[in-house]
Amino acid sequence: MEDASAPNAIEVADLVVEFAGKRVLDHLSLDVRTGEILGLVGASGGGKSVLLRTMLGLIPKRQGRIAIFGVDQDKATLQELQTLERRWGVLYQQGALFSSLSVFQNIEFPIREYLRIPQRLMREIATAKLEMVGLKSEDGEKHPSELSGGMTNRVALARALALDPAIVFLDEPTSGLDPIAAGEFGVLIQTLQRTLGLTVFMVTHDIVALRTICDRIAALAEGKIVAIGSMSQVLETEDPWVKSYFRSVRSAPSSAPATP
Amino acid sequence: MGLERLVVCTAGAGQLLISGSGAWTADNVARLKAVIDDARPNEAPKLEIDMGEVREFDTFGAWILERLMRGDGRPRQVSLVRLPERFRDLVEDVRQTNRSAPPPRQRIAWPLARLADIGRGVEAAGAEALRMAAMVGALVELFGVALLAPRRFRLTSIVHQLDRVCVRSVPIIVLITLLIGAIIAQQGFFHFRQFGADDYVVDLVGILTLREIGVLIVSIMVAGRSGSSYTAELGSMKMREEIDALRTMGRDPLEVLVLPRIIALVVALPLLALIGAMAALIGGGIVASIYGMEPSLYVARLREAVSISDFEVGMIKAPFMALVIALVACIEGFQVRGSSESLGARTTSSVVKAIFLVIVLDGIFAMFFSSIGM
Repeated sequence: MEDASAPNAIEVADLVVEFAGKRVLDHLSLDVRTGEILGLVGASGGGKSVLLRTMLGLIPKRQGRIAIFGVDQDKATLQELQTLERRWGVLYQQGALFSSLSVFQNIEFPIREYLRIPQRLMREIATAKLEMVGLKSEDGEKHPSELSGGMTNRVALARALALDPAIVFLDEPTSGLDPIAAGEFGVLIQTLQRTLGLTVFMVTHDIVALRTICDRIAALAEGKIVAIGSMSQVLETEDPWVKSYFRSVRSAPSSAPATP
Repeated sequence: MGLERLVVCTAGAGQLLISGSGAWTADNVARLKAVIDDARPNEAPKLEIDMGEVREFDTFGAWILERLMRGDGRPRQVSLVRLPERFRDLVEDVRQTNRSAPPPRQRIAWPLARLADIGRGVEAAGAEALRMAAMVGALVELFGVALLAPRRFRLTSIVHQLDRVCVRSVPIIVLITLLIGAIIAQQGFFHFRQFGADDYVVDLVGILTLREIGVLIVSIMVAGRSGSSYTAELGSMKMREEIDALRTMGRDPLEVLVLPRIIALVVALPLLALIGAMAALIGGGIVASIYGMEPSLYVARLREAVSISDFEVGMIKAPFMALVIALVACIEGFQVRGSSESLGARTTSSVVKAIFLVIVLDGIFAMFFSSIGM
């Protein structure tokens, strides 16, 4: 993990993504520092998920450079890519759990693919992960179709964290959770971040999560990052979209910035 | 990272000291486990774990540590020293997990389990028959209602489905039946020629394709091509709750989704069977001309050999085959549960059941027509 000490975990420079001639990301640049929790906000349909998926290499880019832990996916060898994929975890918006596998098997899948561990130990670790995201070990035998929305989110997080990755990408992780569960979820992310030196890139609309657990916030509007910095710095910006987005936060009586 | 030292075990007087070092992470977990399992048999009543030299640490390492501290049930005094501050939260978190023993698996004796399987199978078959009857009943009712208010037939949807299951499947049906007709004729010539009965090849091809093969092959093709797509479509709509959405909008999924599909298939299959039969006859004719029979002779012989009743027998069967295929496909589609595996299983079972029922139905028709002398 030599390069984990590099200052920036993710470097995105001059990124352009187009769909059928429509420009979604327009010369976007963004750095995510190693060990920070970065929250990305933006209008619905404004390209947040596109940015995330482009970083993961799921959407081709027109122009620009993306490096994760110094690995540029355009130039990386297969070996380097494999190592990179082993070190990131992704939580998709809809969970994207494998529907034909049980919860345990879903969590064990990445572990089984990358490590050689006896089944019993693997099951214990999967149970530990499951309980750490706030579910019970009995839930492990269930299939994804039997889970509620919030449970699906948690299982998906457990799977994203299965290999204790160095960086996790979370696409609206708290959207299906009640505020209490969302709070616990934030604490969990923070614990893991502190212990593992985890870098978190999180797309979210959860104001509480933005305020309490994110080290920095980036705002995406019209294909560009229009503001980036701590909550108070972002609140200072003059960009009209950012202003209207955070108006509710500013006017709320409890807007005294809660520090983690 | 190579093979750095992870654990050093020092056995002292009545005490075992385990000092960790290096990276206690996922990549090393198998080695960690091996070392710790080796240390297990030591009977020392006191165990001290020193984590001071551990450089990297993750949930895997934390669980190994927790396992070590829990021990194996023997009374032991365990102490943990020099745990770096930044690892403390994770160790605490992991300590809370795996507290309840996994529920014991219920095991049933082998013969009993097989019996239970048979019972479930019979029950499922009964339920299946009931569902089919219920669906037929509901569809007949819908059909009656729709006859009074023809707008409910959803013409657009029927035409769309007709395009998919009929027009677009013409090329493949023509190709397959042409080949089947050619193969039957070739086999006929090959064997009949030995006793100079070349002319009867035309009887063979004509009667066989019009009465049986034409409609049967086409039905099997349609079950594989259109039946499977019906099941997969309805099944994935069921998975994504689209069917529930339809129902809450006050629309009956049977009326919106099933009836147009069934009507389309019932119209399409006789047409396809007709096209298929013609293609098979042409295929037979091509082979006949290769074997030296003039096309005009082939057509004249065909006219003598087949009667209109042969054609009728084939055509009467077609809509019933279509009904069976479409019903099975739609019922199976509605049976899909949440997982993608169940979608696959239901699609398979839709095709297998449809083909089986089509062949059984063909046998029943054969007995029926022969008893009424057609």
